[in-house]
Amino acid sequence: MDNLGTIGTTEEQIELMDVATNFCRDKSPIDKVRALIDDDLGYDPGIWREIGELGWLAIAIPEAHDGVGLSMAEVVPIAEQMGRNLMSTPFGSTTLAAQALLAGGSEAQQAAWLPKIAAGAAATLALREANGDWDMANIDATGVESGGKVTLSGKKLLVLWADSAELIIASIKIDGAVRFALIERSALGDDALRRETVIDETARSYEVNLDGVIVSADALFDAGRTRETLEKIELAAGLIHAAEMTGGAQSVIDYTLEYLKTRKQFGKIIGSYQALKHPTVNNYVEYEKARTHLYSAAHSWGEQGRGEVAVRMAAAQSHSSYSTSADRAIQFHGGFGFTHDCDAQLHRRKAILSGALIGDAAYQRSKLASLLFD
Amino acid sequence: MADKPSAAELKDYAEQADAWFKENTVRDPGFMLPLTFMEVSTDEQFDFLRDWQRKVYEAGYLGASWPKEYGGGGLHSEFQRVATRAMKKYDAPIMLNAIGNGWAGPLILDLGTEEQKQKYIKPMLSAEDIWCQGFSEPENGSDLGNAQLKAVKDGDEYVLNGSKIWTSLGDRAKYMILLARTDFDAPNKYAGLSFFLNPMKIDGITTSRIKKLTGEYGFVQTFFTDARISADCLFGGEGNGWSMAMKTLEYERGAKVKPVGGFFVKELDVMEIVELAKNSVRNGKPLLDDPVMRDKMTQYMIDIQALNLNNTRRRMPQLMQDRPMGLPLMNKLARTELIRELTEFSLAFQGTKAGYYVGDENAVDDGYWHRSYLNSFSATIGGGTSEIQRNIVAEHALGLPKTR
Repeated sequence: MDNLGTIGTTEEQIELMDVATNFCRDKSPIDKVRALIDDDLGYDPGIWREIGELGWLAIAIPEAHDGVGLSMAEVVPIAEQMGRNLMSTPFGSTTLAAQALLAGGSEAQQAAWLPKIAAGAAATLALREANGDWDMANIDATGVESGGKVTLSGKKLLVLWADSAELIIASIKIDGAVRFALIERSALGDDALRRETVIDETARSYEVNLDGVIVSADALFDAGRTRETLEKIELAAGLIHAAEMTGGAQSVIDYTLEYLKTRKQFGKIIGSYQALKHPTVNNYVEYEKARTHLYSAAHSWGEQGRGEVAVRMAAAQSHSSYSTSADRAIQFHGGFGFTHDCDAQLHRRKAILSGALIGDAAYQRSKLASLLFD
Repeated sequence: MADKPSAAELKDYAEQADAWFKENTVRDPGFMLPLTFMEVSTDEQFDFLRDWQRKVYEAGYLGASWPKEYGGGGLHSEFQRVATRAMKKYDAPIMLNAIGNGWAGPLILDLGTEEQKQKYIKPMLSAEDIWCQGFSEPENGSDLGNAQLKAVKDGDEYVLNGSKIWTSLGDRAKYMILLARTDFDAPNKYAGLSFFLNPMKIDGITTSRIKKLTGEYGFVQTFFTDARISADCLFGGEGNGWSMAMKTLEYERGAKVKPVGGFFVKELDVMEIVELAKNSVRNGKPLLDDPVMRDKMTQYMIDIQALNLNNTRRRMPQLMQDRPMGLPLMNKLARTELIRELTEFSLAFQGTKAGYYVGDENAVDDGYWHRSYLNSFSATIGGGTSEIQRNIVAEHALGLPKTR
C-alpha cells in the first residue's frame, strides 16, 4: 500500500499553531460565541479585520498575488483552533474560494481577486443545490452564453457567509458541462439572497437565486480546468473542515471532562464511574486518531494520490469522532445536556453542518474504498 | 547514546540489513509460527525461535543500540529502527525473549547495578537466558498491587511460597521478574511489595501447563514451595516492588521504549485481509464488491493507518503538547483491540468455511485467521485488560478520578 500518507510538521505550522491557539482562545470565549448566535452578521467584524491583518487569509496564496506563499498545510492549525473555540467567521469559505481561483482561475482572474482576498476581502463558494447530492457535478443551475455575456439561472444552497462575501464563485452548467462563474456580490439584487436556517447556529448560510444574473464571459473559469478545480475544492474543503472538526472534538471532550470531574451523584464524582469513564476514553482515542490523520493530511497535501487518501481519512475520522464525542457529551451532561445552555449541543450541531457540507464519514469512506481497493 | 548517523551511513546499514534478512529469513519452517511470544507452545516452535533470535543477535540486528559493554551494538537507535524495518519487510519471525529483551532488559539497564548488567544483558539478547514474568496471581489478575506470593527473608536468602499464573514461557525460562510480598504489615498493600530477578530452575519451583482457548499450550501456572533464592536477587530495594513493577509495565504497554529491535508480536498486515476479502465470494461476486464490507474494511484501514502514524507522532513534541502521555498510554488499548476486531472481521469473509479450524484441510489459510482471532485475547487481557487500560488512560492522561 504505497498511497498512504505520512506525518510531519513545518516550522511555520508550529508557529501558527502557537499564535492561533492564543488568538482564538482570547477572542472567542464561549459567552461571545453565544452572543453572536443572535447577531445577524454572525461574527465580529473587528476580529475579522484582525484575521486579515494577521495575514491568515494570505497564507496559501502565492507571493506573486500578495500572499505568503505557503500551503493549505499551514492553514490547518488555524482552522483547528477556530473549530476548537467555535470561532465562526468567513475564514473557511474565503480560503476555499481562493483555492478554487488558484485551481481554475485565469491569470487575470487571479490577479484581480487574490490580492484582495489576501488583504482581507471575504469570498465564498456556491456549489450545493436542492438535490442534496454531495457529487458536485450533479447540478442544475445553468448559464447561457451569448455576445460575451453569460445569463445565469437556478438556485444555489448552503452558500456560507454569502452576505459578507465580495465574491461568490458559483458552479453552473453551460452546454451540459460544469463551469465556474465569478459573481460579484454587487451584481446580485437585494432579494437574491435568503438567509437559511442551518443547524449550526454559529454559522451563516444563504440560498442564492441566480435567476437573471448576468456576468461577463471573462468571469468564467477555463472550461479545461473544471475537473482539477472540482478536485481541489473537494480536498481543500475536506482538509479545512477536518481541521475544524478535530479542534471541535478536542474542545467537546475537554468540556465533558470538566463536568465529569466536578459533578457528584450518589456521593461520588461521576467521572469515577466506569460507565462514563470508559466511553470517554474511547472518544478520546478516536479524537487522537483524528488529529493524527489531520496532520498526516496536512503533511501529504498536494501529493498525487496520497494527498486525497490522507484528506479523506482525516475527514472521515474527524467527522465520526466529532459527532460521537459531542453526542456522548450531551448524554453525559444528563438533564443539563438537553438544554440550549449546555455547550455540547453547539458542537453536535456544528458536526452535522460540517458533514452536510463536505460529505459525512460514510461518504468519505465510500470514496476511500475506491482509492484503496479498486 | 552514539552520535546521530548521517544519511549515507544509515543507507549503507539499511542495505546490509536488507540483504541479510533477505538471505536469512525463513518464513515457513514447515509448522505454524507463533504470531506472538505468548503463544509459543511446541518444542519445535521454541527451538526455532531461540535459534532465530540468536542468529539475528549475532548478526548485529538485535540490541544494536544497547551499550556495547553489556553485549549491545553501541550504535545510535536509528540503526536499530532501520534493522527492524528490514525484518518487517521480509516478514521475519518474532523475537522469542520478549519479557527479557522488551521489559526486564530495559529495566536492568536503567536501574540495575553494574554486576546485574554484566550478568543478565548479553545472554538475554542471545536467547541463551529466556525470561518470564511473575506478576499475576490466580486470585489477583489485574489487581497486581494485591499480590500475595510470600517472600520471607531468612539470613542471606528469601524463602518463597505461593503461586503465579499466566506465565508465558514459564516452563522454559531461566529467570522470572517476580513481584512478591515481603511485608504483610506495611501501611498499604503497595508498600509491602518487592521485586526479584528470580531464578526458575531451582528446588521448590514447579510449573503446570495451561491449555488455551485455541487448543494449544503457551503459558503455565508456577508454584513456589519453600523455594530459596539469594537475597542478591532483590531488585530495587525491599518495599520498592510496586514502583519496579510499574516501570516494567511502562515498557510492556509501550508507554516507554528502549528499542531492542525486532518485534514480539507480529503486526497484522491489513493487506493480507484485503487479499482475503478479494479472494472471497458472496452471491457469486468478489466480497470486496459488497458495500457494507467495503465500508468496514475502509474504517479498519483508517484505524490502522492512525495507529501506525501515532508511532511517528509520538516522537514529535510539537504535536503532543496538550496531553503528552495520551498516545503512549492508549497505545496498547487501541492496538490490541483493533487486532481483535480485525481478526474477528476476517472470519466474516470466509462464508461457509468460517466453520473450519486449524487442522482441517478445507480451512482457509490453514486456520490462521481463527487462531489469530482466538489468540488476540492474550493481548487484550494480558498486561492489564483493556478495561484496566481505559482506567489508566482516564486517570493518567485525562485526569479523571480513580475508580474504587
